[in-house]
Amino acid sequence: MNARLLPYILILPVTLFLCLFFLYPFLLVAKQAFNNGSGFTLENFQEVVGYWKFPISLKNTLLLAAAVVPVQLALALLMATMVNKMQKGRDLILYVWTIPLGISDLAAGIIWLAIFEQSGFLNSMMSGLGMIDRPMNFLSYQHPGIVFLAIALAEIWRATAIMLVILVAGIGLIPKEYYEAAEVFGASPWKRFWRITLPLLRPSLQTALVLRVILAFEIFAVVAALGGTLFPVLMGETYAYQFDLLNSGAAAAMALIILAISIGFTLIILRALRVPKGAQI
Amino acid sequence: MTTVDTNPGTDTRKAGRFVYISAVVLLCAWVIVPLYFLLINTLSSPDTVNSFPKAFVPEFDLGSLSFFASFAGMLTALKNSVLVAGMTMIMSIVVGAPAGYALSRFDFRGKELFRLLILLTRAFPLPLLALPLAVMFIRTGLDDTVFGLALVHTTLAIPFAVLITFSLFSGIPLELEEAAWTLGCTRLTAFTKVVLPLILPGITASAIFAFVISWNEVFAAAVLTIENRTLTAFLLQNLDTSPLHLKFAGGFILVVPALIFIFAVRKYLFAMWGIANR
Repeated sequence: MNARLLPYILILPVTLFLCLFFLYPFLLVAKQAFNNGSGFTLENFQEVVGYWKFPISLKNTLLLAAAVVPVQLALALLMATMVNKMQKGRDLILYVWTIPLGISDLAAGIIWLAIFEQSGFLNSMMSGLGMIDRPMNFLSYQHPGIVFLAIALAEIWRATAIMLVILVAGIGLIPKEYYEAAEVFGASPWKRFWRITLPLLRPSLQTALVLRVILAFEIFAVVAALGGTLFPVLMGETYAYQFDLLNSGAAAAMALIILAISIGFTLIILRALRVPKGAQI
Repeated sequence: MTTVDTNPGTDTRKAGRFVYISAVVLLCAWVIVPLYFLLINTLSSPDTVNSFPKAFVPEFDLGSLSFFASFAGMLTALKNSVLVAGMTMIMSIVVGAPAGYALSRFDFRGKELFRLLILLTRAFPLPLLALPLAVMFIRTGLDDTVFGLALVHTTLAIPFAVLITFSLFSGIPLELEEAAWTLGCTRLTAFTKVVLPLILPGITASAIFAFVISWNEVFAAAVLTIENRTLTAFLLQNLDTSPLHLKFAGGFILVVPALIFIFAVRKYLFAMWGIANR
């Protein structure tokens, strides 16, 4: 077979597949959002943005991302550095810490529901310690803070693992010589972390943050399981437009808004953590 | 080691070691304890699950699980989930692995553009694409079918399949293949006899990864299926109405394969992400 054609033949299936199931539907969403049947229109966007739930769900989504992602980043960095200098039981610990990687957002929501629901484990624990007389209904409109906390905890619990994996892989790529040299010159572990690990980890940090932030804007099932309608988020509203209100034009407009926010944040992260050409390992 | 005891830094080092170990234990507990709570609820009778206060040990009653199994439509949903995930697994590897091989072995025009397309799909809220696909599937008769949903899940899994196989193939030196060529193999036989046996465990790992992606996906599954719900879609749809013990048993069934799969691929998890990073 012709060696010059071979790579193109090999990438052809993926390209076709992505054109059909990624680029084409993307164009369809755009068309659906900007078209009301007679021509170009912004009606769908006006309708969606003007709806009273929109500012709330936008605020909730952004707040949640702002609360969850930094904690996850710090936690993942801590776990990755802890694993890095571990000699015994490294594999076991890593397995345990990466378990949530395989757990769906819906399952994570259900798991934390077991803790926060009215007859759940948090109430059982608190009444066991004599802190409350009767079980409290945490996940209700009277406790918006606790609903938020429960959702944030479930997200942190579930999705820190993906960052951990990316960061552990990234730390593994940093040459050991740098650390040895730093140690010879008397750099403390703290200094080594700030001066070697963090700067050289930038490509991995980029990947981890982009992936996490995008997924944070897509948050849906955790909220559905824990907050229900108490805590509207963008993706949940999109789902509601499609199914409860049967308004696919508005759903498409919501989809594009989520997309725009995701792309915006991706660009910011790529720019903030860009790696100078000469500084790659 | 006896000199260490006279070292004034020993105490701080001991304290540091203590903090370190307790942090590790604490973080392990952070992951495991919520899972344990779910296990307790799953292995308790429906009455216990709805009662208060909760015991902190399971009573090993299969009432909740058998309720789950007898709940109308649940077993079909479970079957659909397995089918969709299985199809996704096969399609994403069959379609994705050749591209991974091409990326690792050839320099060709448009390579950067192709990589960009792959990365772009990953930086994209993909489940959203399920909305227009719902319309397209109705036209082509793929609506509400297991296969149609598997196509969407394959789109989700393909970027990972390509990048993971790319990094796996890059780990096998080209020299091995060249040696096979000089010993009389063609490009194809060199691939099947030399590269494939070496890569097979890694391919299996990335196939399992694709399975998990599909198994866990909620939004597209809920949008694209109506009669043929997958387990995630079924649970989501019935969140408002279903009793607690049904939710917990369902959640448990969702979690179990994940535990097994992550254990099966644990060796590859980090290698897969190492090069896929760049």
